[in-house]
Parts: sequence; C-alpha cells; structure tokens
Amino acid sequence: MNLHFDDQYQQGNSVVHQLDPRIKVILTLLFVLTASLTPFGDFGIFAALFAFVMLVALNTGVGVGYVLRRSVVALPFALAAITLPFTVPGEILATLPIFGGLTISLPGVIRFVTILLKSWISLQMAILLVAVTPVADILWALRALHLPQPLVAIVSFMYRYLFVLSDEVLRLLRARAARSGTRAGLRSGGSIVWRGQVAGRMAGSLMLRSFERSERIYNAMLARGYTGQISTLIRSHLRPIDFIALFTTLTFFCTLLFLAYLT
Amino acid sequence: MHHKIEVHDLSFNYPDGRQALRSVTLCVEPGEKIALVGPNGAGKSTLLLHLNGILRGVGSVCVAGMDLNEGNLGKIRAAVGLVFQNPDDQLFSPTVLDDVAFGPLNMGLPEATVRIKTEAALAAVGMADYINRNSHHLSIGEKKRIAIATVLSMDPEILVLDEPTAGLDPRARRNLITLLRQLDMTMLVSTHDMRMVAELFDRTAIMEDGRIVAVGATEDLLADQQLLDQHGLEMV
Amino acid sequence: MYYHLLLNVLKPPALHIPDGFLSTPVAIVGWVLAILIISFALRQTRDQLGERQIPLLGIMAAFIFAAQAINFPVAGGTSGHLLGGALAAIVLGPWAAVLVMTAVIGLQGLLFQDGGLLAMGWNIMNMGVLTAFTGYLVYNLIKRVTGQSSTGLIIAGIVGAWLSVEVGAIATALQLAVSGTSPLNISLPAMVGVHALIGIGEALITVGALTLIASTRADLLEQGRKAGGALSAAWVTGGLLIALIVAVFSFAASGSPDGLERVADNNGFLSRALDPFYTILPDYTIPFVANETLSGILAVVLGTLLVFGIAILVGRGLRRMPKSA
Repeated sequence: MNLHFDDQYQQGNSVVHQLDPRIKVILTLLFVLTASLTPFGDFGIFAALFAFVMLVALNTGVGVGYVLRRSVVALPFALAAITLPFTVPGEILATLPIFGGLTISLPGVIRFVTILLKSWISLQMAILLVAVTPVADILWALRALHLPQPLVAIVSFMYRYLFVLSDEVLRLLRARAARSGTRAGLRSGGSIVWRGQVAGRMAGSLMLRSFERSERIYNAMLARGYTGQISTLIRSHLRPIDFIALFTTLTFFCTLLFLAYLT
Repeated sequence: MHHKIEVHDLSFNYPDGRQALRSVTLCVEPGEKIALVGPNGAGKSTLLLHLNGILRGVGSVCVAGMDLNEGNLGKIRAAVGLVFQNPDDQLFSPTVLDDVAFGPLNMGLPEATVRIKTEAALAAVGMADYINRNSHHLSIGEKKRIAIATVLSMDPEILVLDEPTAGLDPRARRNLITLLRQLDMTMLVSTHDMRMVAELFDRTAIMEDGRIVAVGATEDLLADQQLLDQHGLEMV
Repeated sequence: MYYHLLLNVLKPPALHIPDGFLSTPVAIVGWVLAILIISFALRQTRDQLGERQIPLLGIMAAFIFAAQAINFPVAGGTSGHLLGGALAAIVLGPWAAVLVMTAVIGLQGLLFQDGGLLAMGWNIMNMGVLTAFTGYLVYNLIKRVTGQSSTGLIIAGIVGAWLSVEVGAIATALQLAVSGTSPLNISLPAMVGVHALIGIGEALITVGALTLIASTRADLLEQGRKAGGALSAAWVTGGLLIALIVAVFSFAASGSPDGLERVADNNGFLSRALDPFYTILPDYTIPFVANETLSGILAVVLGTLLVFGIAILVGRGLRRMPKSA
C-alpha cells in the first residue's frame, strides 16, 4: 500500500530542462525577488513577469494549464490582505452601506491586487522549478550552492523517508477508521479530549518507531563506513548555456526593475 | 585477502541486562557459505552486528585477518559487507546511484572509480537499469538486491546477510537465491528459510538463547529431526 | 494529485506565509535571522548528537511532516492537527527541533509550494524557531514547578503546545503588519483567535504523544530535557518578540499611511482601547530615520542582533557539554 506523492518532475529535453540545477534554483529565487521588489501598481512589470513564466511553461512542455491549475492553491491566504481596500487611505472608489460606511479606496485595491499578483506569479515560478528539476538535483544544487552539508543531508533523509512514514500514518488512519463503528441509538466518537488523545498516541507511537528506525539506519550507515560526513557525487557541470541563461535572465529582471523605479 | 570470520567466546549483554550472546564461537572459512538458523530472539542479528563492530561484546572477533578494535573499524567495515533485514533502513539516499556510491565515496575513492564500482555492483545483482531510480518506488525484491549492491560496491571480502528472503514472493525469492549462488564470496547468512539453507549452504550453525548449540554439515543437521524439533526448526 | 488533495483536505489553516505578503526588507530580515539561528543550531546539535545528527534529525523531520496529517474531528467538519514544533523540541531539545522544523518547512516550501521562497525565512522563524522554543521553555518551566508527576506532564504539555501555536501566530501577525499587508488591529486578533482553537488540537495531540512516550521510553524525554541550549533559546525568543513589537510600533508611529493610528481611526472601539499607546508612540521612533519601512527594519535588526549577541555568548558557555556517544 503506497501513498504516492505526485512526483512533480516532468521529463523533457527543453533548453530549460538541461540547465544546471544551480542555475535553475538561482533564477527561481531571482524571479521571486524581482516580483517582490516591484512597486505597487506596476502592472506592466507583472504582465512581463507573467509572460516570462508562460514562456518557460511552454518551452519546457510543462504547459500553461498545469501551472495555472496548481497555482490556485495560494488563494486562501489572500484573506490576510483582504482588509487593504478598506483600510488604506486614498481616493475613494465606493462606499459600502455597512459598519457605518465602509470605504473602498483605489490605492487599497491596487495594493491588494498587487499582493495577489506577486504571490500568484511567484508561486508559478516555484511550480515550474520542481516540474523541470528532479528533487535529487535540487538537493544537490543547494549543497553545491554552499548550503551547510548537514542541513542538506537532513533534508535528503527526510525526503527519502517521507513516503515510508506517510504510509504508516495512512495505515494508522485507516485502522482507526476501521474501528470507528457506530450503533443506532448510541452517541459515537467519544469526547474531543479522548479523540485528541487517540490521535496523540498515534503520533507518539509513530515517533517512537521513527526513533528506532533512525537507529537502524544509523547502523546501516556505520556498516558502510559512515563517520559523520556525507559525500555525494557531482551531478552537473556548468556549461556556456548556463551562463547565457543566467545573464540574459538577470538582465531582463534588472531592466524591469529599472523601468519600474525610474518611471 | 583472508576472507575469514573467527569469533571466539563472544558474550554480550544489552544495556537493560538481558544477555544476548553467551560464549559464542564460530568460524567461517574462506569461500564458505554458512547458514545461521534458530528461533527469533536467539541472538542471530545481535551476533551479526558484532561482525563489523556496531556492537562490541566481550571475547574475540577476528574478521578478514583483523582483530576488531576501535582503530580498524573503518577497514573492517569495508571488508565485511553487512546487509540488514529491512532494505528500507539500508536505502537512505535520494537515488539508487547515491546509495550504491555511498560506501566507496565514504572510503575516499576518486569519483571515476566510484562510478565504475557502482555500475559493477549493480550489474552483479542484475539491477543495472535502476541506477537513477528513487528507491521508495521499488518492490521489496528489487530493494533487497540493491541493498546487496550497496555493500558489494565496497569490494568486501565477506558478505553477511540478515534474513535475505524474508518478505519476498516466490519469484523474488528464487531470484535472490540464484544471486547468492552466483556470488562467489565467503558468506554468513541468518535465515528462517530452511529450504534455501538446504539448497545453498554447505554448513549450518544453530543458535538458541544466545548460544551456538550445533554446527555441522547442513545435510547432517537437517537429517537430525530431533535436533530440529528441539530448536523449533522446520523444513518450510 | 494525491498529495495535494490530502494536503488541502487535511491541512489546518496554517502559518505558511506565501510570497508577496511580506515586504522585501521584512522578508530579508527574516532570512538573515533564520540563517543565523540555523547555523547556531547546526553547531549546537553537532555537539549534542555527534554522528547521529543526520539520520536522527532526518527521520524526525519525516516524522513531523507525516504526523501533520494525523487529525481528529473537533466540531462541524473541522479537525485538530499537529504543527509539531513544541513536540519536537520537548523530545529532541530546542536546537535540534529548529533543524527538524527547518527541514519540514523548507521542503514544504520548495517542493509543495506550501509557503513562499522569500517568505521562508520568517516561516522558519515562526513555525520552526518560535514554536519550538516557546513550547520547550514553557513545558520545562511548568515541569520544574509540578515535578515528575504525570499530571504535571499533562499540564506542561498542554500549555506549552498551545502557547507555541499562539506565539507563532502572533509573530506572523506582527510581520504582516510591519509589511503593510494587514493592519495589526485586525490581523492580531484574527490570528490569535483562530489559533487559540487550533492550539487546542496541537495541545491534545502533543500531550497524547508525550504521555505515550513517557510510559514507554521515558529515557527519551530525559534526553530532550538535558539537551541544553535552553538559555540561548530563551534569549532568542524573548528578544525576537520584543524586536518585532518594537518594529511594529515604530513603523506605526512613523506616520506611514498604513500605520496603526490611521487604521484604528476607521475601526471603532479598538482605537479607543489603543488610545493610550498613541501618546507613547510618537516617542518610540528611531529618531533620525524618516523612511517608515527603514525605521521598522532597523528596529527589528538592532533589537535582534543585540539579543542574538547575548545568546551566542550564553551558548558558548553552554557548549562545555560532554559529547554524547
């Protein structure tokens, strides 16, 4: 019984696919930074950035639909910014007949829409990164970009055992469901506290099993000569195309920001 | 190259006081394949963990011509390939390539050599095509074979396996037995699979309650029905 | 889309801030802090755990991630969940928990787009550092008072876990306020209120786990208590909260259009409650810095650097700890 986390990597031979994973990670971060630095209301810049994302989506074969569908996920958090149209002072667009005259201001709306756009396109870029880069490559890239080795190793282990442990959770949840019968006339389910305890015990027993598993893994590592450091093979070498991609994209971002701040 | 295991008078207590090994003496000659059988809790896995120094008891352990001590743990672990029972515990890297390369990389071998050894090890277990796969998607039979490859890549002198056929369906089991037969190495295998014992192993050691209670030619031991009954062994 | 369905159905309304909601300077400060704390945590746990550091923390991170899917029905279709920072810290020690939660949050952000990339710095701070430290400190404080009794463990666990979620929520609200995304007098009550309920789920699951561990492997809980680094954790937590609050007030007081003052004017009774603060506030800005964002940032940075400096000094002192086998 396997819980299959959708492996988001989509095989391909596009130019983007073949870029060094370090470049892909860096460009994704620069994209998000550029979006973040764009001032409120500069919708032309956002359009350009969106076009960039779409271009990459098309070039890699990942597809516009895929990216758009997955990027809908962030919407719920929009609630955090929902108050902006009502609280930012400025030119009033409309007044709602509630709460003693709630005003909607233009700057507020612009700010709100900007935040949503920034969030949305940043999300799309992140989605693309995982769609064109295998996880093992991303982890290697982080290490190669000088993230501390133990931290990257911890994340690698975590990723490796994510599925194993999530399977165990799934089995626990199913076992609980299988014993969650009801009988007519009786109130089932127990109290909240009881239910919480049951869930807590599931977590606790899984934690203990995980401890013991980590001991076994540690022994397996010792058996193969582990002394505290993990070395990995080099996965990729920088080629001219990587530098070209880096510089052209960097120029593109800088130009956008230039335009944004000088106008 | 010595290819030998020599354990003399080995005793071991767990931290909670339980005595797991009582004066265990066992010798595995170069090129021999020996089976270690006995009921659960007999101390089989505990004994195996002593062979590469993960556990340290009282008594002498001499592996591949080296006396086990703090100083030569690294060399001993390179010489003794220990394959654990649960392959999930043993395949801990993002890809099969990384897992099989882990041993030789850790030994400090240059990358080019590591790649060669990795490919050779995977070929030896018939899993060469799996080199870039993620282990979590594989079947248990495939994982067990790759787990063997992860120690083969270190060019060990001796192979020690803990319950290699446990959990395998008949086809995967048959593949594994064929593989073990093909590997021309000194081998010590702990198992419940008595039919495999009869097929592959010239000598067998029976363990119970932390002791070696019988050692001898497999044929002879399996013919002694009283001995088998006494120690809960059956030809399953 | 298996996991994404699972995620969206089972996930609690979380503290994962997506990109775009924090202003760039705020996000960068978050990253600077996260990097500092993670570096310290790496050294601390290397001393504490030795070779076991990587396999133990890696598996624990996988556990926390998986355990976040364990739920129980609360009421009307909602369910209680585990965030895990407090539990991780109580069992593993505060600095080991930082690394565990960083791995979880990092992977969630990078692979599952749960939380932004630029915002990851503060996400790590809120859900990884503040939850872990608060949970650990409160738990051990209460246990010191109640002793070894099982009731003591339950109370300590409940309060520690519940507060850990609240503190994380408060910090998130503060960051959103300084970024100008959400006025404090709305985000703070909202976050505090919602997470007061979520905290109950966290508390119950955490305590359930702790009681099971205490009855089966009490030695593990002992290890967590002895893990050390509590003092530096306390400094970091206290300093961070103070710095964030100072940042918010100085940001507000600097007369920005989104400031507390202005917003509160539009919103009834809360403004009356906050009136006393407005008389103090004008004195609260860092003098020579006119730009409101800069002022806020400086407050956070200065406050936290000061605190962190102390933490490191304390941490150095604590590092005369025996290396565990």
